[in-house]
Amino acid sequence: MSEAGPRTLFDKVWASHVVVPATAHTPAVLYVDLHLVHEVTSPQAFALLRERGLRVRRPDRTVATMDHSTPTAPRRPGVPIPIPDAEAAAQVSALEANCRDFGIPLHALGSERQGIVHVIGPELGLTRPGMTIVCGDSHTSTHGAFGALAFGIGTSEVGHVLATQCLLQSRPRTLAVEMDGRLPPGVTAKDLILALIARIGIGGANGHVIEYRGPAIRALSMEERMTVCNMSIEAGARAGMIAPDDTTFEWVCGRPHAPKGAEWEAAVRSWRTLPTDDGAPFDRTVRVDASALEPMITYGTNPGMGIPIRGTVPDPAGNATLQRALAYMGLQPGEQLLGRPVDVVFIGSCTNSRLSDLRQAASVFAGRKVAPGVRVLVVPGSQQVKREAEAEGLDRIFRDAGADWRESGCSLCIAMNGDRLEAGQYAVSTSNRNFEGRQGAGGRTFLASPLTAAAAAVTGRIADAREMLR
Amino acid sequence: MERITRFTSPTVAWPADDVDTDQVIPARFLKGTARSGWGEHLFADRRYDADGRPRPEFPLNRPEAKGARVLVAGRNFGCGSSREHAVWALQGYGFQAVIALSFADIFRGNALKNGLLPVAVEESTHARLLSAPGSAVTVDLEAQKVTLADGMGASFVIDPFARYCLLNGIDELQFLLGQEEAVAAYERRTGPLSGGIPS
Repeated sequence: MSEAGPRTLFDKVWASHVVVPATAHTPAVLYVDLHLVHEVTSPQAFALLRERGLRVRRPDRTVATMDHSTPTAPRRPGVPIPIPDAEAAAQVSALEANCRDFGIPLHALGSERQGIVHVIGPELGLTRPGMTIVCGDSHTSTHGAFGALAFGIGTSEVGHVLATQCLLQSRPRTLAVEMDGRLPPGVTAKDLILALIARIGIGGANGHVIEYRGPAIRALSMEERMTVCNMSIEAGARAGMIAPDDTTFEWVCGRPHAPKGAEWEAAVRSWRTLPTDDGAPFDRTVRVDASALEPMITYGTNPGMGIPIRGTVPDPAGNATLQRALAYMGLQPGEQLLGRPVDVVFIGSCTNSRLSDLRQAASVFAGRKVAPGVRVLVVPGSQQVKREAEAEGLDRIFRDAGADWRESGCSLCIAMNGDRLEAGQYAVSTSNRNFEGRQGAGGRTFLASPLTAAAAAVTGRIADAREMLR
Repeated sequence: MERITRFTSPTVAWPADDVDTDQVIPARFLKGTARSGWGEHLFADRRYDADGRPRPEFPLNRPEAKGARVLVAGRNFGCGSSREHAVWALQGYGFQAVIALSFADIFRGNALKNGLLPVAVEESTHARLLSAPGSAVTVDLEAQKVTLADGMGASFVIDPFARYCLLNGIDELQFLLGQEEAVAAYERRTGPLSGGIPS
């Protein structure tokens, strides 16, 4: 890539954050604009700082919340929130102590800004175009929806960023995903990303940063773009990005940390220079016709094992990974998933817990009841999403239908907080991972959109939500 | 950071493809706040049944796996979650290297930062390793070479800076802290982020 020639969105964000360029012997030193921290992947990093007598270099570029191991059981205002699991309670206290000792702002359990780290970053206006954003969580790719370069890191790197605000990074390759056409009615951003992963595979984007492009992407709302970028890691990508445009600016404008007045005008002018220049080269390109897509559902034990909702389970044909997946899921080759009974429905996670996701689910729940014997958890992504949903009466629709309306957190996506599947149970989940045991040891997950999840909740079976929207 | 140069060890093979970090260490074990104590949970749901009894068919539970310090895995090992606990669990169990057809990006980075060597080999070498279960290999980081019990050698590629750090017992944080002047200059040049971060 020549610095003078046409550049991609990724090239521009990368170049503007290089503190020390790569050499033959050393990777680039890359500056981090925003570091998001949560309770599960940070305690050992703070311990390292203490061992070495280091401070947090930029607490003003660091924001913490607690989401993974926190309870989502309904609670009464003003009453202390019990954390029944002693280890989870200790982890939450450790984050409180670390944030206090190192001067890091914390949106703690019980605060009105608490929520899933990838939901609160954008909604507070912390996430903005052109930034570099990292977090000790692989779904940090979510923030790429704003034209930021955002990626997950391990705990050692959490320590590096806390201490130096920088990371050592080798330059990834670029993958253009060109989404032509327009999504048909009843086919959502979740279906689009599940279809892409099914096509390129869960290692299909290893070593690459994806840029999602084309008319089908431009037509998506910010929340839909976040759903798409969120699951970039499920194709193995280092990050996923979407060029910022008026949709982006409109969504960011007026949020608590968004620039104001003249600063806003200047920011938008600079953000308009970020999109990929015409003719900028990508290392690889994949084209998808969005208008040919259908609602998707996974049948197996990784997010790449997805089929159209009316499709059939493929024949493993000697593939040991697929054979194992079907055995774990209790499915037969050639079988249709449509009509299969389910035990649990989970609507939530950093993939699909925003207001528009809840509205979509509510459109199916309205005037219907949860099928007998099905447990339904609706878990808003943040306290703000919860308040907004309640202000428009979505909580009443869910409750009237017989669903549980919960407090914000990761909940059943990662099953660390007491919300979990029992062995053998089948769940339709709007989350991002169907790995063995992900939602509880022995639990079996079908990943799908909020519409498909809601349709399963009210029919008790895997169903095509498009029939219920007519 | 301890220096790593070369070591020889018997292998144990679990050559499944796309082993995600939820398989390496299930999320319900991630509530600890220490760096140690993770080895017992390695591959927990594969190694043990629901009552906590070892599953005899799982490779790590076979008698001949005892003492193996090198895991032979399949393709795209370590995909999914960024949890570094996966690396800590492999090391806590006693592994010093994972030899695989390929690795997921975040896992590979986490492994290198802890001195667990992610060694990616070609299919022919991989097949040869699998055809001699349990046989010893020598992993030579300096020469970037694995040598099988039958004498066959294969070179592997590893990030040059990570290799330098591991050979010399330097950690990356030390190196980054040494960049302070450049970081401060970068911050002066770019100024505050418009809009500011936390209130």
